[in-house]
Amino acid sequence: MSTAREAKPHLTRPHVLALLREMLRIRRFEERCAELYQQEKIRGFLHLYIGEEAVAVGVMQALLPEDAVVATYREHGQALARGVAMNPLMAEMYGKQEGCSRGRGGSMHVFDAATRFYGGNAIVGGGLPLAVGLALADRMQNRANVTACFFGEGAAAEGEFHESMNLAALWRLPVLFVCENNLYAMGTALAISESETDIRAKAQCYRVPSAVVDGMDVVAVEAAARAAVAAIRAGEGPQFLECRTYRFRAHSMFDAQLYRSKEEVERWKERCPIAQLSAWGRSVGLVHDADIAAMEAEIATEVQASVDFAEAGSWEPLSDLARDVTTPREAA
Amino acid sequence: MPIDIRMPALSPTMTEGKLAKWLKQPGEMVRAGDVLAEIETDKATMEVEAVDEGRLERILVPEGTENVTVNTVIAVLAGEGEAVSAPPAARQVAAAPAAPAQARGNGAHPPAAAASAPPSSAPERDWGPTHTVTVREALRDAMASEMRRDPSVFLMGEEVAQYQGAYKISQGLLEEFGPKRVMDTPITEHGFTGLAVGAAFGGLRPIVEFMTFNFSMQAIDQIINSAAKTLYMSGGQMGCPITFRGPNGAAARVAAQHSQCYASWYAHCPGLKVVAPWSAADAKGLLRAAIRDPNPVIVLENEILYGQSFELPTDEDFILPIGKAKIERPGTDVTVVAFSITMNLAMAAAEALAAKGISAEVINLRTLRPLDVDTIAASVRKTNRLVSIEEGWPYAGIGAEIAATLMERCFDDLDAPMVRVHGVDVPMPYAANLEKLALPRIEQVVEAAEKVCYR
Repeated sequence: MSTAREAKPHLTRPHVLALLREMLRIRRFEERCAELYQQEKIRGFLHLYIGEEAVAVGVMQALLPEDAVVATYREHGQALARGVAMNPLMAEMYGKQEGCSRGRGGSMHVFDAATRFYGGNAIVGGGLPLAVGLALADRMQNRANVTACFFGEGAAAEGEFHESMNLAALWRLPVLFVCENNLYAMGTALAISESETDIRAKAQCYRVPSAVVDGMDVVAVEAAARAAVAAIRAGEGPQFLECRTYRFRAHSMFDAQLYRSKEEVERWKERCPIAQLSAWGRSVGLVHDADIAAMEAEIATEVQASVDFAEAGSWEPLSDLARDVTTPREAA
Repeated sequence: MPIDIRMPALSPTMTEGKLAKWLKQPGEMVRAGDVLAEIETDKATMEVEAVDEGRLERILVPEGTENVTVNTVIAVLAGEGEAVSAPPAARQVAAAPAAPAQARGNGAHPPAAAASAPPSSAPERDWGPTHTVTVREALRDAMASEMRRDPSVFLMGEEVAQYQGAYKISQGLLEEFGPKRVMDTPITEHGFTGLAVGAAFGGLRPIVEFMTFNFSMQAIDQIINSAAKTLYMSGGQMGCPITFRGPNGAAARVAAQHSQCYASWYAHCPGLKVVAPWSAADAKGLLRAAIRDPNPVIVLENEILYGQSFELPTDEDFILPIGKAKIERPGTDVTVVAFSITMNLAMAAAEALAAKGISAEVINLRTLRPLDVDTIAASVRKTNRLVSIEEGWPYAGIGAEIAATLMERCFDDLDAPMVRVHGVDVPMPYAANLEKLALPRIEQVVEAAEKVCYR
């Protein structure tokens, strides 16, 4: 009973402010990224997480520094919430060698060994078996870690989703599967791509305990993640969260959004996770206008500093083109 | 004047909760920011803090009460004279956050090691006495010795444990190392390959057995996109020490879907190393090197060779370097380059050519990526003639790569255009006569050598 109680979110003023701050950092970072894309400072694909911040921020509350994270090509939010610093993240967006992946990966391939952040995987479904394998490595080396694996509902159409559920459940591996169900796989609605639209049911048929969570409510996500992680750490095997969320922006920077109505987008925006937490925090006296103002000012400074850092960064020397294709042979 | 304290909402969407505990009792003085009570729902706990100063006059909802609706008055605070609201900045909260808001690790995984010693270019070492073993035994011994040496090495694949290997390569390993290190997988190549790659990221050294490399096509996304590219994409942070092994190429009469050579497929990709053993010594030495290598290595075995016997050094430490070819038979008139089972053709053809007065130098490539161009080029500078052999299709094949590379390196040394001997450009037929016709034959090698020698 006491462990179950400890596993619940503890909504102190510092904690609520931290949740708000993390979501706001992601929002403001990505808004700036969109501007930088228009200015051609950032190129390639840019997939924004705006609207879905509660999922990454909520789940990260349940993880410890030793745990591992595997994410998708829409991973800026997970990276920031996991603790990848904003400066190297922005430098990576620019392709500078001060970037967290030395400018080799860009927006879709954020890696950070220090926080055990294993990408940034741009193949839909590709991260799932990797997460199961990281969990196997932890267990075989007697480390009580959890691997959190983020993916969209579109990944449920991939064979790897099903293969990973089966292997994780079969071998009872410590994986937290986090499905970010934002209703559209790129521009294809769930209902026109899946015969069974209940994603949770797919996990359940592999005997992976599953829950559906309001992905616009950071506290609900944190609560569900804490409960799931507690179960994993108690040796109950993999757990599955389907977080129902919505991306407010286009799929990428090349998306006219012909597949959904403006009204639908506006309806979801009314459930903005940041606005909801902020309004609630004020209503219960945990958050004040002065907090928000101070937070916005600090984040604006942090984002600007990251842009300055990226601008001042350097390109990797051309002589390094073939560096890190393979690891040189280790000493015997 | 009394101030009502109300049940707060535990989150934006919750409507009721349990009043778990009162931390202040009636009569106690309360300052702004003091924790009055703890409330709880099935999902979260929260401290109720005092916004105003005063004396707690009455508790209206005792602790332990369930289903208290949001906004219910739970206590009354008596303002002492003039109760003043404290400004938000003055609020202090005693309780620490329940969890670190940000996870900043200490770096369980240090960046991959920087450059160390380059591959040795020394001539092949003499390993002393030998004994006769099959390729099958050599492969098994290589895995067993590496598993004894390094506890992070393990084997996984279809039928590798209880069945003892579809081709009996893993015979006895389950008994010696147990089910945690010799793991049967479901028939789920894409899944278990990705899983093994993740395990390699996590600090293990997996050996993945494909029942045949034909089935690796199910998993090629994880082999290329995850195993081969992540080190580069991550700026050198995440290496992938993993071995993929199994029989490659044609066996006998198993038709198109079980008879394909993947040499050029995998050799094409930066981030991978590819070896193709012929003899038992190749098999043991190269597989041990593959398992120890910090990169993903593809080991292309051959089913027909599994039962063939060769001399293998008895030295327990025997290992071969990746990236070095071996001159199996010295010669002066023509260089014949082969790998895996086509080495049998090369050696037989060299005998036949010797009878015709042509001295062939036979090079066993052993490694297809990185290719030992130096050894081939040195031989061509001596013989001035070059023939390549492979079972695979010619288009963009290993022979094509050798032709292009040697033209760049040795154009002036070549006295005749190089000739490729290769499998015919068709899916493998089942019928015995057609299958035989689709695979390279000794007489084709002899003819090719004669052609480049203008005989």
